[in-house]
Amino acid sequence: MLDTASPATKAPAASPAAPPAARPSLLRREALAFALFVFFAIAPALAQIGAEGYLLSLVVRAMIFAIAALSLDLILGYGALVSFGHAAFIGIGCYAVGILMAHAVPDAFVQLFATLAVSAAFAFVTGAISLRTKGVYFIMITLAFGQMVYFLTTSLAPYGGDDGLTLPTRSLVFGSDVLENDLVFYYVVLACLIGVYGLLRAIVGSRFGRVLRGTKENPVRMQAIGYNPYHYQLAAYVIAGMIAGLAGFLLANHIEFVSPAFISWQRSGELIIMVVLGGMGTLVGPILGAVSFLFLEEILARITQDWKLIFGPFLVLVALFARGGILGFFRRAK
Amino acid sequence: MYTTLILVQTLNGLQFGIILFLIAAGLTLVFGVMDFINLAHGVQYMIGAYFAFAFASWTGSFWLGLVMALPAALVFGLLLEAVVFRHLYDKDHLEQVLATFGIILFLNQGVKVVWGSSPLFVPVPELLQGSIVLFEGFFYPVYRLAIIAAGLGVAALLYVLVNYTRAGMLVRAGATNAKMVSALGVDIRRLFMIVFGFGAMLAGFAGAMVAPILSVEPGMGDNLLILAFVVIVIGGIGSIRGAFLAALIIGLVDTLGRTFAGDVLRLFMDPGGASTVGRAIAPMLIYILMAAVLFFRPAGLFPVKR
Repeated sequence: MLDTASPATKAPAASPAAPPAARPSLLRREALAFALFVFFAIAPALAQIGAEGYLLSLVVRAMIFAIAALSLDLILGYGALVSFGHAAFIGIGCYAVGILMAHAVPDAFVQLFATLAVSAAFAFVTGAISLRTKGVYFIMITLAFGQMVYFLTTSLAPYGGDDGLTLPTRSLVFGSDVLENDLVFYYVVLACLIGVYGLLRAIVGSRFGRVLRGTKENPVRMQAIGYNPYHYQLAAYVIAGMIAGLAGFLLANHIEFVSPAFISWQRSGELIIMVVLGGMGTLVGPILGAVSFLFLEEILARITQDWKLIFGPFLVLVALFARGGILGFFRRAK
Repeated sequence: MYTTLILVQTLNGLQFGIILFLIAAGLTLVFGVMDFINLAHGVQYMIGAYFAFAFASWTGSFWLGLVMALPAALVFGLLLEAVVFRHLYDKDHLEQVLATFGIILFLNQGVKVVWGSSPLFVPVPELLQGSIVLFEGFFYPVYRLAIIAAGLGVAALLYVLVNYTRAGMLVRAGATNAKMVSALGVDIRRLFMIVFGFGAMLAGFAGAMVAPILSVEPGMGDNLLILAFVVIVIGGIGSIRGAFLAALIIGLVDTLGRTFAGDVLRLFMDPGGASTVGRAIAPMLIYILMAAVLFFRPAGLFPVKR
């Protein structure tokens, strides 16, 4: 699954962050990611010791947002496309589950298919329009589409409108409610995270990924050597949207509740924060960012209800002093 | 009867647009001159409202509160600039987003700690209470008219400042090509500090003005910030004139849309469906407008020439 044969290992020059000389072994290169995945894999056992289901639930949430942050990083970190409406895709995933559930279609695969299809269609249409603009205008037009989805869901009166919709059950797999078991669901989410990581690793390392990064560095040059940046960016946008849709599908199943609040512009902002906080343009960074964002939030909230007084300045300090986010900070400390 | 409703809502839309302009003016200059994404501009508006509340209840006079809130908002803005923003100019947009997002979290929580989380109310000043009859059967609250008047006054003042003073000339030049202005020996950082402080004061003024008609509460600036961004993008980044026109358009479209979308749709479809679809479409209208404008004019309606 983790691409041993990926051309990434043969393309040292493409990423400025990668050391040019020695090609590190796969294990070494992905050490941090493996460490994170192992931690996730044994976290349920640790949580048993702590005897607190809430920790498990927190890690599931962190993994789901890691998936969303990873998808955003594909276009943000590798394509320099700052989408400020990425939460819309999470919303599409959530509401695909919620609406189908309300119409007595609880099958996980049908819901997942709907999620991916609608996310892809929405990403294709809005991406095709948004990509006509550049820079700050791109940020704003993606925000506009995000807000449209947000307000659309607030007006879905049959599905709860502003108040959201409580799901009767988690999605059924071949008619079985196996996902109701928290531990099973946990490992399903972990498998999705690892799968998404592997997929993105393959994409980033492929020719497609190199064209995407080349476009980020210098779109004119890419055009000059015969690529159409627009098509590559649009394809990346659609892939990112579908993966974020998957995160929404998982999120709805995790909290068994869907609400317009998941789609507000603040949520899109938080996804950007997670990516930048962890270290964008890497695949471990977004996971680190999502995990540290949610854990910090949780820990600080346990210390004081005014945790934002600490968390806010922390983000400022990261922006001022940690170039490349947490990952960049550690790289320099080494 | 229906004409009256349209007139009232048009005035409401104008008033909303004026408030949006006061917030967007500072934002577009900071953005245009320094290429700086300040998500925390919305909290300046909130801070202005809280200052107005605090000073008004301390002195017992709305007017004293308003007068004192302005310099307080200015000082607060300059303080933020000195402590945080100054160090972010050389960073890229995403680091600016990260830092200013942190400031939003901090200040939204900060006002909660200082003033509590429940909404606060500022009484409408005696002089501006009640409604006046504009013509037979058409009443309108005096205070809202006063907001429109004050906003138009500020817009006129800004127009003069930007177009007929030396500082204004530098700001315009800076919005067009900051590097060139800097190379000509102008201290662009100091210029920016002035613009920033002034923008913070304008946003604070908007907050102080709406305090008597809206509740003052934490997070009140968050959604207005997004609307202000919509305004400056539609107007063309760095353009005061664009911001003014776009703010009025957005104010009118949003207010009239929320009132009349259902009625307009009723001309084409059955009443039940029309009101449902109308309610869904109304809040999306301005975003549809923004997407459409950017589609046809990717640099806004009044792009600053570069």
